[in-house]
Amino acid sequence: MTPLLEARGVVKHFPVRGSLFGGSQKVVRAVDDVSFVIEPGATLGLVGESGCGKTTTAKLVLLLERPTAGEIRFDGESLATLDAEGLRRYRHSVQAVFQDPYASLSPRMRVGSIITEPLVTNERLSAAELATRLRKVLDLVGLPARAGELFPHEFSGGQRQRIAIARALALSPRLIVLDEPVSALDVSIRAQILNLLKDLQRELGLAYLFIAHDLAAVAHMSHVIAVMYLGRVVETGVARTVAVHPRHPYTKALFAAALPAHPDDSRDDIVLVGDVPSPLDPPSGCRFHTRCPQVMMPRCSTDEPQLACVDARDVACHLYDRV
Amino acid sequence: MNASRAAVLAFPGRLASFRREGWPMVPITILAVLALLAIFADVIAPHDPQVGLLGERFRPPAWQQGGSTAHLLGTDHVGRDVLSRLIFGARVSMVVGFTAVIFAGVVGTVLGILAGYLGGWVDQVIMRVTDAWLALPALTFAIFLAAIVGPSEMNIVIILGLVYWTRYARVVRGEVLSLKERDYVRLAIVAGCSKRTIMRRHILPNVVNSAIVLATLMLGVVIVTEAALSFLGVGVPPPKPAWGLMLADGKKGLMAGYWWLTVLPGVCIMLMVLSANLIGDWLRVKLDPQLRQL
Repeated sequence: MTPLLEARGVVKHFPVRGSLFGGSQKVVRAVDDVSFVIEPGATLGLVGESGCGKTTTAKLVLLLERPTAGEIRFDGESLATLDAEGLRRYRHSVQAVFQDPYASLSPRMRVGSIITEPLVTNERLSAAELATRLRKVLDLVGLPARAGELFPHEFSGGQRQRIAIARALALSPRLIVLDEPVSALDVSIRAQILNLLKDLQRELGLAYLFIAHDLAAVAHMSHVIAVMYLGRVVETGVARTVAVHPRHPYTKALFAAALPAHPDDSRDDIVLVGDVPSPLDPPSGCRFHTRCPQVMMPRCSTDEPQLACVDARDVACHLYDRV
Repeated sequence: MNASRAAVLAFPGRLASFRREGWPMVPITILAVLALLAIFADVIAPHDPQVGLLGERFRPPAWQQGGSTAHLLGTDHVGRDVLSRLIFGARVSMVVGFTAVIFAGVVGTVLGILAGYLGGWVDQVIMRVTDAWLALPALTFAIFLAAIVGPSEMNIVIILGLVYWTRYARVVRGEVLSLKERDYVRLAIVAGCSKRTIMRRHILPNVVNSAIVLATLMLGVVIVTEAALSFLGVGVPPPKPAWGLMLADGKKGLMAGYWWLTVLPGVCIMLMVLSANLIGDWLRVKLDPQLRQL
């Protein structure tokens, strides 16, 4: 079976202008050689700290940015070479929900127009058909039909995110990019939205690219997890495997930092020291070696580790090098 | 709260209270009265503004020695009624002012949106032209254009529009640059909207506020420029009663003591420009706090 979306060796560098008087041109290595696969109807969870390239990856998939190198394929077709018709079909199949429901809904449009905008743009529908589709997606996300006549500011954050999801669903896409869809919401609302997304996936056979820094949410939502650090994937595998027995020191630290399900549950404290290094000037060798709590080997600071299969998942770490 | 704070800064004392209560009543009233005069000039004006009786030359206002109630504000050097000319002059100022501001606003807003949203060479070309344009002294440029195309009301509107569109282009472009990074604009791209649709549906409605504020502030500038051009003889052609023209005609009589021929149109220009600026200032604070540094 061909995967729905496949990223192969994707690189995105942002040039940073040097100083006025010469100075070398620098680049921010936002995404550096990232590969992943999303199967139809499945969820890929992308985790990592702020600035690790998650959102850039989302933008690349949404064609809001073009990759510097590498290739993204949808349904086996490369996105770089899409013609106008191909692009139209791609826009029809891929939608997105962003983090901040206060910024992602145009304040001057009625909710009905916001939700049907993708439909109006991509399909020729009569007013009656449009109204039917609107009612259907509003019903899917659990909003009353009259919501369509109101403006976004008349809704709460959770309701707004439902509106954003309804808009993403309007075209019956095959893939939805969820860029931190619950990070801006109250904790009490998060579970609701996550469960709604899960239910929708089951009912409609949607695939998700789920981006978050909340590990519990990612583990709950995803079939496959990819952990990113400074523009690179450091560990990737089936969600359960990675979540229950993380192997990469960074993944371990991330999961250790997440709150346990019960306050009495014990947890290992792995505290990472220092900040994420600048992607302008990433450390040589393993990018994590400056903060790695594990035993440091000399090669960590010189050789860049490659993803290799360890315990049924891929890890990029010299700890698991076979001698 | 912003409005009142700005008001206190700008107008300590009693004037501030007008603005703290909401609407800037005084300038709105003045502008409304002038607008009504302009609209109903034919009904209100007691005399024909363009026909004078030479026997009635240089009559002073009614309250002065030698004045009569037939000419409340006196007559000019060819015996035309000053009050009637001022009333019809309001029409000229308003029509020229509003159309020029709208013309400049439409041109500047469209170019600003194109430059800001499309970026790249479109942005470069439009903004370099704008920079070069801004470097020209406005009034000199306007006189130069007027000398080429000749004086008429229509030409004045076009000239003023051509001189002042750059301000809009600058402000609007800046707004667009921040708007196009908004999530809902990105989502419109993801939804497959064309650039044209995005500019029309998502960008334009959000820059209209700033454009209106700027237009109100520009109204005063445009009216002064129109008066200046008329004063210099390259504006509204003579028999028409434009305030700037009245000033020019009256200045010869100033030494002879015919003060009403210059002071009265001068006061009218001042009232209109001041009102327009005060309303613009108030709108700016009211509608768009980010624009205060304009």
